[in-house]
Amino acid sequence: MDIDRDLLLLMLRRMWMIRNFELKVMEVHAAGEFTGPAHPYIGEEAVAVGACAALEDTDYIAGTHRSHGHPIAKGGRVDKAMAELYGRVDGYCKGKGGSMHLADYSIGILGESGILGSSVPVAVGAALAAHIKGEEFVSLAFFGDGASNQGALHESMNLASVWNLPMIFLCENNQYAVTTSYADTVAVEHVSDRASAYNMPGLLIDGQDAIAMYEATREAVRRARAGEGPTLIEGLTYRYEEHSLGLGRVRRGEYRTEEEIESWRQRDPLVILEGTLISQGIATREECDAINGETVEEVEKATDFARNSPFPEAEDLFEDMWANPIPLP
Amino acid sequence: MAQTVFVEAINQAIAEEMRRDENVFIMGEDIRRAVYGATADLLDEFGGKRVLDTPLSENGFFGAAIGASLVGMRPIVETLTSFMWVGMDQLISQAAKMRYMFGGQATLPVVYRATMFYGGGSAAHHSDRSYPMFMNMPGIKIVVPSNPADMKGLLKAAVRDDDPTIIFEDGTLFGMRGEVPDDADLPQGELVVPFGESKVVREGTDCTIVGIGGAVNHAAAVSDQLAQEGISVEVIDPRTLVPFDKQTVLESVEKTGRLVIADPAHKVCSAASEIASIVAEEGFWSLQAPIQKIASEQVHIPYTPSLEKHVYPDVPKITAAVKRTLES
Ligand SMILES: Cc1ncc(C[n+]2csc(CCOP(=O)(O)OP(=O)(O)O)c2C)c(N)n1
Ligand SMILES: [Mg+2]
Repeated sequence: MDIDRDLLLLMLRRMWMIRNFELKVMEVHAAGEFTGPAHPYIGEEAVAVGACAALEDTDYIAGTHRSHGHPIAKGGRVDKAMAELYGRVDGYCKGKGGSMHLADYSIGILGESGILGSSVPVAVGAALAAHIKGEEFVSLAFFGDGASNQGALHESMNLASVWNLPMIFLCENNQYAVTTSYADTVAVEHVSDRASAYNMPGLLIDGQDAIAMYEATREAVRRARAGEGPTLIEGLTYRYEEHSLGLGRVRRGEYRTEEEIESWRQRDPLVILEGTLISQGIATREECDAINGETVEEVEKATDFARNSPFPEAEDLFEDMWANPIPLP
Repeated sequence: MAQTVFVEAINQAIAEEMRRDENVFIMGEDIRRAVYGATADLLDEFGGKRVLDTPLSENGFFGAAIGASLVGMRPIVETLTSFMWVGMDQLISQAAKMRYMFGGQATLPVVYRATMFYGGGSAAHHSDRSYPMFMNMPGIKIVVPSNPADMKGLLKAAVRDDDPTIIFEDGTLFGMRGEVPDDADLPQGELVVPFGESKVVREGTDCTIVGIGGAVNHAAAVSDQLAQEGISVEVIDPRTLVPFDKQTVLESVEKTGRLVIADPAHKVCSAASEIASIVAEEGFWSLQAPIQKIASEQVHIPYTPSLEKHVYPDVPKITAAVKRTLES
């Protein structure tokens, strides 16, 4: 494995950070500390972390409603993310975006999107800018198996292909869109099969294996920077929790079995990565546990930071509408 | 001063902005060969990377323009109003909302040039005048020029503005000739028309007409004709609807006491509706007669000329409306 040890440990740290962030979010959401939807990324950590480990700060990503994993994977700050969920002034978006709209423009996170598929053309635009300017950066769009049926995604894949853009389409196939199985809604066997319609490579990757996700994305990034065009990567994964916090309360009937959930829990991405690191002598059990423990602490601090940050005031309501402000009507 | 055709004014504005700033580029359908005229010769001067013919994917390339603008480019997108429905998600969910939703982190200097080809038998699918729908959604600046000079100056201002802008280009004006000042004759050395400044097209004392886009010229014709009957009609062209310069309208109504609004959009929730409501709220005590809205009838645009001619505001309808205000 030709991967730098520091990078592997950073990946493990980011995966634990997402896991512990989401566990905390579930706890404080259940306790009513903030309201609004939030979509846990637990079980899918290897997908975003593996993919983003292949990117630089100067590369761009755009995300989805399942929105906490991507910014943390790209190196975003958990305190600003948590404060945003709490709707506070120190949040990434000063409380105006909330869970589904985290963004950090200082490190290429163009923003998460609550409208499915809608952020994909935007990400393509960043790749188009690189192409026009002859610059080296690449752009990566996350989308779910459900969103893979959106016209925006198909228009985007075609655009990126005919213009040969430095673009990576990254499908997080967790196999369900809310309660609807992807097998019932996607006409091909794998989302990655759709790449052939747009004349780009389509890779089906084990999304529980962070190293596999990293290696696939690294190759897609190499292709993109070398002017060889876009790639579609499908990370096959699973979400352990309900689609969104609170949603399970009114749902009627089951859509997946306990056995299925359990079988995926057996392939936990953190267990898999730690197993590899320990068996290959890259890290010890104690080092892995220490990383986990440090992220627990950082998430605790982030939560305190969020709780102590003030809410925006009424006069902040109209701020940030315009770059060149205009009078209110 | 040169006499310039409206569509040439568009072309001049694009070429000058592309020369001035290498981050400006243009994309759209069939623009390299300029099938609508406004993009003539751009390919030769600026090359294929900055003059992009797109696939027929409005949602895709409207969004790509947004993404490019987020990372430092200043895209101009050419489209027709009627094709904007297909790209609505990008215009509303992304262009209008991103900056606010992300707490001011996103800056989107993107311009959509949306042509309104109505009045020429294009029928219901190709004749939309949809600016009022976008006025309802905060986050997009909305421009409706009524003559070549404003077209040029407002488009240049739009390219330089850091917010998303839609310029609704009135297709009935594409062949219109008008004076466009030479840059050398202007004190600031170039023609850039700031947003939010109405123009008083005719001065008058008896009645105010606010015209939108092509209706400004009908209103000016009405003013000229009624002057011969001794009726003095002021005509105001707001030029931009977002931001809207309400002060000029309120001051005019204070002077004339009467208001007619001529708006090529459909009458319900039109720009005319909004302007009427502003004057009703803030200029009520100036009014000596009910406000008259002359907008397009609330039907789809029929193909046959014998029906289409009844839909839009025109000189007879506006004239009658002015006279109604003077009866009271
Ligand atoms: C355009 C649009 N349609 C529907 C929804 C409601 N919705 C939110 S998440 C979701 C399922 C998304 O499934 P997928 O893309 O697979 O992502 P996942 O939630 O599994 O991560 C739906 C239907 C939406 N937000 N946007
Ligand atoms: Mg899914």
